[in-house]
Amino acid sequence: MLKEYIDAIKSFAEQNLPVINVPVELWYIVWLFIFGGIVLGGMMLFAGLAAYAERRVAGFLQSRLGPNRVGPQGLLQFMADGIKLVMKEDLIPTAADKILFRLAPYVLFIGTLGIFAALPFSKYVGITNLNLGLLYILAISSLVVIGIIMAGWSSGNKWSLLGGMRSAAQIISYEIPIGICFLTIIMMAGTMNMNTITELQAGSIINWLVFRYPPLTMVLFLIYFIASMAEVNRTPFDIPEAESEIVGGYHTEYSGMRFAFFYMGEYGNMFAVSAIASILFLGGWQSPLPFFILNALFGDYAVLTAIEGFGWFLAKSLALVFLMMWLRWTLPRYRVDQLMTLCWKVLLPISLACMLIIGVWMMI
Amino acid sequence: MSEKLKLDNRSTSIVKDAASHMAEVVVGEEMLINMGPQHPSTHGVLNKVLKTDGEIISEVFPQIGYLHRGLEKIAEKLNYHQFMPYTDRIDYLAAMNCNLAYAMAIEKLAAIEVPKRAEYIRVIMAELNRIATHLVFMGTMGLETGAWTPIVYGFREREEILDLFEMTCGQRLTYNYMRIGGVSDDLPNGFVDKARKFCDVLEKKLVEYNNLLSYNQIFIDRMAKVGVLPADLAVDYGVTGPALRGSGVKWDLRKNEPYSVYPELEFDIPVGKGELGKVGDAWDRYMVRMREIEQSIRIVRQALDKLPAGDVRAKVGRIFKPAQGEVYVRAENPRGELGFYVVSDGSANPYRLKIRTGSFNNLSAVPPISKGMMISDFVITLGSFDVVLPEIDR
Repeated sequence: MLKEYIDAIKSFAEQNLPVINVPVELWYIVWLFIFGGIVLGGMMLFAGLAAYAERRVAGFLQSRLGPNRVGPQGLLQFMADGIKLVMKEDLIPTAADKILFRLAPYVLFIGTLGIFAALPFSKYVGITNLNLGLLYILAISSLVVIGIIMAGWSSGNKWSLLGGMRSAAQIISYEIPIGICFLTIIMMAGTMNMNTITELQAGSIINWLVFRYPPLTMVLFLIYFIASMAEVNRTPFDIPEAESEIVGGYHTEYSGMRFAFFYMGEYGNMFAVSAIASILFLGGWQSPLPFFILNALFGDYAVLTAIEGFGWFLAKSLALVFLMMWLRWTLPRYRVDQLMTLCWKVLLPISLACMLIIGVWMMI
Repeated sequence: MSEKLKLDNRSTSIVKDAASHMAEVVVGEEMLINMGPQHPSTHGVLNKVLKTDGEIISEVFPQIGYLHRGLEKIAEKLNYHQFMPYTDRIDYLAAMNCNLAYAMAIEKLAAIEVPKRAEYIRVIMAELNRIATHLVFMGTMGLETGAWTPIVYGFREREEILDLFEMTCGQRLTYNYMRIGGVSDDLPNGFVDKARKFCDVLEKKLVEYNNLLSYNQIFIDRMAKVGVLPADLAVDYGVTGPALRGSGVKWDLRKNEPYSVYPELEFDIPVGKGELGKVGDAWDRYMVRMREIEQSIRIVRQALDKLPAGDVRAKVGRIFKPAQGEVYVRAENPRGELGFYVVSDGSANPYRLKIRTGSFNNLSAVPPISKGMMISDFVITLGSFDVVLPEIDR
């Protein structure tokens, strides 16, 4: 997708700006930076707004107000928070491993940001169109756990260390049910390309993969959603940062902007896993309405469908993000061993069984 | 043959050595972690030194004394009335109950008769305060398990109790409402109706709390079979209050050694039965408190109905001198038995005043039951004892 953009821009530049004769590689680099900036800015904006939304949702669920003073309905609260976090004193404990301590938030953040590179936001909006999209996402998202372990280990704090170790056990375990969900989808779609997987679900709501082999795919969707909540450390699986047990876990010693990076990573991750769920199971940017209605309404106007698809994609993903917030303010937290039991003795066998049965079903 | 035996012995000893070596390897290095005073689950300034192997605790040493204020010594320097505000600070979440226990002790020492209306008002206040502190307990127990909403709900209803207290005595935390010989002032207009209305509301809210927290499967998984305190151990350590009743021992001073007007009121004593785990686990202790709220509502309703007319305060001099002697009076407080041992030498100040608090003894039972526990479970166990630190460091 990126290549097409760049080629189009290059030919436009060659025709209209003959004076500037720059090599094509430079164009690539310039555009990479611009796209990176758009993604980074978009993600940071989302993280800020999600943090604000989370506080409003929490306020609503707990019959209190939440932030409502800064800006209309407290909408500028996230900017105030951001400014506060930048101004805060940047502390590094004496016992910390300074290099790893500084590096950890960025490693975690890269893991989150990297996922966004492969997400098809709509038919025409996306950064790349990777043929190995799902595999790439599985791989790059694992950077998050390295960031967390680095943070926990390098803080020089026993509570942080416990948090890091907990996250290592938790996130790595939960990657396995997620991997099996991905495998089943790959089996059903015959491709790892997320655009193609989305295209497969065109038509209407009944074509979504979540309804393909009922009720097996629904179970898989549930397993993916539960496991992805564990991946992004949300309640009831927020064990690496369980504040009542291990103070703050891996980010206990972090302050100011470094702390903010962890939080942006968390919210970015929340959106990323929800987006993946909506792409794999809920039709991505496909509208739930049947084709003929859409054609009657909009015709084949590409720009409009692009915007409309983007809207559907956002709506589906944000609904799942909201669900995660809802659960966070409702449920208590699991214990470490209970969490492991859930992963290895419940989610893994069920997902394997689903995959097996779907495989047999497809052969019949 | 003997050589073979020798060899066998040697080989078994080698095996044993290897096994003990392996055991050392498996046990690993133990580390000392300080949990508190600033730790979020210590509910005040309590430091616990944990000896752990990773997440498994091998020993707990509670270290107290960060909050010591010398209340008992202060009492010797003040006259009997002047010490009343200090009792508010013994258990800041249940100040009315502390007031009541102290007032009863001095009344017994000086043989003061309390008017009937005052006794009823005292019971209403004490039970409302019991509800308030149990609501805070529910919220903090939720926090301990990672649920954030119950504490806001608990505080929402506690706020209404504080409104009732505020309209009665003008304070919301340290009430100083009770006096030796009665209470400081009569109930204000509208109190009875408002209290009745509150009882109706709270009864409905209890269902909501149980749906949200008490019977949540994750919450049960975390609480049941965790921190089991057997009844005999509880008695040995002098554990009292809901923690003791959670272990299945039906011991409540309001029934066993009735004081004030409790004999005239009907209520039950909930005890832990091990419904979802073992008798004496954290869930039992939690549920005893939740059921006590229901019983307290019953008591408040009856007391409001029976409230007699008359004086609210006996005539007691500003400075009075009880005869020489000593008393020990105890009351059933939300955290267990609160006892005042007062020695009078015939002067206006107590010669010696010793306070026996529930939390102190309850905390002492935590280390023996937390060996081999995970840190997460230890947090739950400590939380389920509902200690308040000023009770421990007086």
